[in-house]
This record gives sequence, C-alpha cells and structure tokens, in this order.
Amino acid sequence: MTTYILRRLLLSIPVLFGILFATFALARLIPGDPCRAMLGEKATKVVCDEFNHRHGLDRPIPIQFGVYVNEIAHGDFGNSFRYSKPITELLMERLPITVELSFAALLVSIFVGIPLGVISAVRHNSWVDVVTMMWANVGVSMPVFWLGLMLAYIFALALKDTPFQLPPSGRLSPGLITIPFFETWGLELAKGSFFYNISDFFSRMNIFNALLTGNWEVLKDAVTHLILPAFALSTIPMALIARMTRSSMLEVLGQDYIRTARAKGLVRRAVIMKHAFRNALLPLATVIGLSLGGLLGGAVLTETVFNLSGVGRILYDGITARDYGIVQGFTVVIAMFFVALNLIVDVSYAYLDPRIRLN
Amino acid sequence: MTTQTVSPLKLDTEALSLDSVSLWQITRRRLFRRKSSVVGMIILAILILIALTAQWIAPYSPILSMLDVKPSQNIQKRSAPCIHMLGCPQDQPQHIMGTDGNIRDEFSRMLYGARLSLIIGLSTVSFAIVIGTVLGALGGYFGGWVDNIIMRVMDVLLAFPSLLLAIAIVTVIGPGLINALIAIGIVSIPAYARVVRGSVLSIREMDYVSASRALGGNTYEILFKRILPNALTPLIVQGTLGIASAILDAAALSFLGLGAQPPTPEWGAMLGSERNQVFTAPHLVFFPGLAIMLTVLAFNLLGDGLRDALDPRLAHMS
Repeated sequence: MTTYILRRLLLSIPVLFGILFATFALARLIPGDPCRAMLGEKATKVVCDEFNHRHGLDRPIPIQFGVYVNEIAHGDFGNSFRYSKPITELLMERLPITVELSFAALLVSIFVGIPLGVISAVRHNSWVDVVTMMWANVGVSMPVFWLGLMLAYIFALALKDTPFQLPPSGRLSPGLITIPFFETWGLELAKGSFFYNISDFFSRMNIFNALLTGNWEVLKDAVTHLILPAFALSTIPMALIARMTRSSMLEVLGQDYIRTARAKGLVRRAVIMKHAFRNALLPLATVIGLSLGGLLGGAVLTETVFNLSGVGRILYDGITARDYGIVQGFTVVIAMFFVALNLIVDVSYAYLDPRIRLN
Repeated sequence: MTTQTVSPLKLDTEALSLDSVSLWQITRRRLFRRKSSVVGMIILAILILIALTAQWIAPYSPILSMLDVKPSQNIQKRSAPCIHMLGCPQDQPQHIMGTDGNIRDEFSRMLYGARLSLIIGLSTVSFAIVIGTVLGALGGYFGGWVDNIIMRVMDVLLAFPSLLLAIAIVTVIGPGLINALIAIGIVSIPAYARVVRGSVLSIREMDYVSASRALGGNTYEILFKRILPNALTPLIVQGTLGIASAILDAAALSFLGLGAQPPTPEWGAMLGSERNQVFTAPHLVFFPGLAIMLTVLAFNLLGDGLRDALDPRLAHMS
C-alpha cells in the first residue's frame, strides 16, 4: 500500500508542474502587460517597473517560471487588485463558505443518491426504477443556475407565508451575527498564528460554528439558508451517484455468490446490504471523487445565483472586474485541490480493492 | 423467504443471426427498441426542425425591439405571456412567451436559440473530436515518448474542473461566443484523446493491422484507414454525450457573461441577463432554462441509448 501511495504521489508531480505551467502561460497570454492586468489600467510606469522587478517579470521567461513556482511553494498565490489583498487571505475568508456548501451538497447527493440507486436496482424495471431513472436523466441535464433560480422563485415567492418558505439568498438573516467559537470559549489565540488561522477558517462555517457554540437560533437560520443552494448544487452528482449505484448493484446482483448467498437461505436484506451493496460501493468512490470537481465548478454558478460570498462568487466578481490575479490564483488553488482529491480517491480505491495496488 | 429473480443475460439473437446484418442496422434496431432513446430522438428531431425553420416560424425578429417592429402597439417590457386561445384579451398583441427586458418577443428569441445551441454543441464537439482523435491516435499508435508527452498534457487539462478551466481560458482570450466555444472545445479534448488512444492501443495489435503492415502499408494508411475507422464506436458515444455537456457548459459561460453577448439570442445569455427579474418576470428565466434542459436531456438519452446499442455487454444493465 505504501509503495502504491508513493508511486501515485510521484505520478502527480508532473501534473502539478503542468498545472503551474498552464496557469503561468495563461497569465502571460493575457493581452497587454501583466502589470496593468494585475494592478489595473491606472498603474503608473514607476509602479509597473517596481511590480515587474518585484515579480521578476523583467527577467527571462524560464527564470520567471522558476520565480512563480517558488512563490507558489511559499504559499504566495499573488494579489487581487480589486480587494487589495493577497489571494491567500481571500481564500481563507471565502473557502469555508464554499466548503460548507459543497459538503452539504455532497451529503445530500450521497444520502439521497445511493438509497435511490439501491432501490432502483433491487426493484429493477418496477415503477420506482423507471421514475428514479427518469429523474436521474433529467437531473444530469439540469443547468444548475436555472434550477437554483427556479427553486428560489418557488420557495421564496410561490410558497411565501407557508411553512415551506425558504430564503432565496445570503447565508444568515439580517440582524443575526455569529461569534467565532474560539471567542465564545474564551480561547486566547494570537492573531496570525497557525491555530488562529485554522480556528478562524472553521469558525466561518456558520453551521459548524453554531454547533460548537450551541447557538441554535443561528444554526436553524443557517440551515434554512443552505437548503436551496445545497439542493441545487447536489442535483447533478445525486443523479450520477444514483445511476452509478444502480448499474453497479445490478452487475453485482447477477453474480454467482449472490445466488449462493440466497441459496443458503440468507434473508434478502442481508444479501442486498452485506453481500451486494458492499461490493457495489467500489465504482462509487470514483464517481463521488469526480463529482467533487463538478461541485467546485457548480459552486461558481450556485454562489452567483444565491448571492453567497464563497470562492465561486469571488471568482465571478474577479472575472467581471478583469481581476486576473483572482482568476489565476484561484484556478491554481482549485486545480491543486482537485489533484489532491483525485489522489485521495485513487488511494481509497486501492485500499478498497487490493487488485489495483497489486497491479 | 422472498425470492427474487435476476434477469438472465438475454441471448442477442440479432447479433448471432446468420443473415448479413450490418452493425449499423443492429444498432438502429436496438436504439429504436429503447423508449428513452426514442424520446431523445423525438426531442432532437423537433429541435432540428425548429433550428432549420426558425426564420419562417418566428413571429418577430429575435433582435429588434417591438418598439421598432410595431411602434403603434402599447407593449410593456417583460410583459407576461399572452396567448389569445387561452383567454388573453384580443386587443393585446399575442406573445406566447411574453416579452423580454428590451421589449423583444421571447418566443422568437427562443426559436433562434435552438439554432445556436445545436451549432454550439456540434461545433465544439467536432473541434474537440478532430484534435482529440489525432492526439489520441498518435499517442496510441506510436507509444513511447510521443504517447507520454501527449497523455501528460491531457492529464493536466483533466486536472482542472472543466467549467473552471473554460472560465480561465475565456477570461484570458476575452469573452464572446466564439472564444467560449474554443475554451469548451479545448477543455473537452482529453476525453476524446483518451477514448481514441484506448481503442487504437487494442486495435493496433490485431492481425489485420499486422497484415496491412506486412503488405507494405505506410503509417498514414494503417492509422487512418485501418485502425481509426474501427475505433469509431466509442467515439460516437462519447461525442453524443459530449454535445450535451458542451451545451450545458456554453450556457453556463453565457450565463456568467463570458459567452454569447447581447443581443445574441442564446438561451444561457437570455437567462443570465434576466436572472435578477426572476421574482417579477419568472417566464424569462423559466423558458430558456427549460429549453437548455430539454436539449441536453435529448443528447444524453441518445448518447446512453447509443452506448447500450453499440455495446451489447451493457444491454442487460439498462
């Protein structure tokens, strides 16, 4: 297993370099000079000269690439001229919102998608199967931004003044504030320290923070605000997971050992859950891993629709403001995150299926 | 104890029959036997019909404001749909899907949008297929460092979530429909390169390829005349499903303001420009989104059907 992990880690190094090279090339391909692209059109020549020198832009291209890689290795992803802040700081502020949303969407898609897939496979060709698969087909074809807007219309306007009314945008109702859990607990953390940064990061996830501080009013409000965006974002992965579970279950249910399990008189539930489902889980690891990439892409659209100030929303703002720093910095971070996720998926796959690591 | 019957693998009598039936005939029959692919094909046929006849069936121009077309009428912007047959007063002009923020007939814009959507899907996928096929075929056939370099570049492209990479590319080369199409095309290349490489790798070892080589066939002839035509099947499936995701991504880019620019009647852009009006004029968001969904659904259903029809091993699972 260790050999497999090491080999897989080594394989991702060229990909990481490729990502760095691709984003480096993208930034150099921007029409006009990078200084004005990064700092804005109004940057003076003196400022630009200083900027170029500081970032090594007055040096040969291979050295520039070296400087860029060095900066990234030191956690410097560049600056945003729109917010006049380092990208790293913006990420620490905005990433928790996206992580919370994506995690909620992933939970919804797994806990709804898998049971639907299993039921569909067990009741193959029944009306439950037909309806589920029709819905799954529609689900993968749904533009997430459209679904988001329609959900907002239905739950905020059409169902207004009913118990089903849900807020169409934002993370908390006006007037509600959250106090970071470390402040409630009276922890003395030095600002800028590692533990402060980590605690600050997690305290920005409203639901998590409310759970830690026991603030049930904020918890309820944060959950009601998260339902619509999480549901909209989860549709595509949910449909993919349901389809994959179904076909994987159908394949396993046709195996000889399932017949043996039935023949020896096991109850149906045990056959399905213990013999079939556990073996059908394997391909799901890949689908769930791949869905995470889709979730990150979908977060740009969902956050734009629901006015959530996460990574996706800031990326959208960065695009409209032509803030290349944001686009480049965030693209690198998200791609690296995605590579790490794929690595985890592959390793978990190898852990679940020894044939892979022995090959 | 409840018993449950597992559907046994049906014998594919058609494929086993001794009459000469081509692969395409078998595929067509299997495709028409599947309800979902028939639904997909019907939606697609309607879309193609609309796209081809948009200029004759659209009641108004997709770009001109009603103020320029019929200045005498008192039409409000973002007016609700008005259909005379459904009880809309006769003195009001008929707009099946209402009017948009620039007082243009939404229905006419929707019809022209079908044309754009199909063009978007087909052009990006053709672009990606051509480049992906060449890259995948070269990698698979020559192997060694050629294959290594090509596939590592593809790995890098795959390392980005597709929509985000497309966003990054469009931000650099500038917004616009053509640029968005190029971006989506580039992002889709790896999928085709991988599919073709996989097929070429398995086919190049076949006896008839060795025979062709022994007969003195040159590389070009072997690769493009002997190997590639036999690697087409998975490419067709991937391409059909690829059109669906290309349309979805293009709509997303236009929604974000990076794709088609106003006044182009592109569904994603139409939806994006009216998204803030969802509470006052929901029809302007509802119809374009529904159209995107139906188009994507049609290609997905057809793609799934083709996959099962071309690969009988999967047939029992569908």
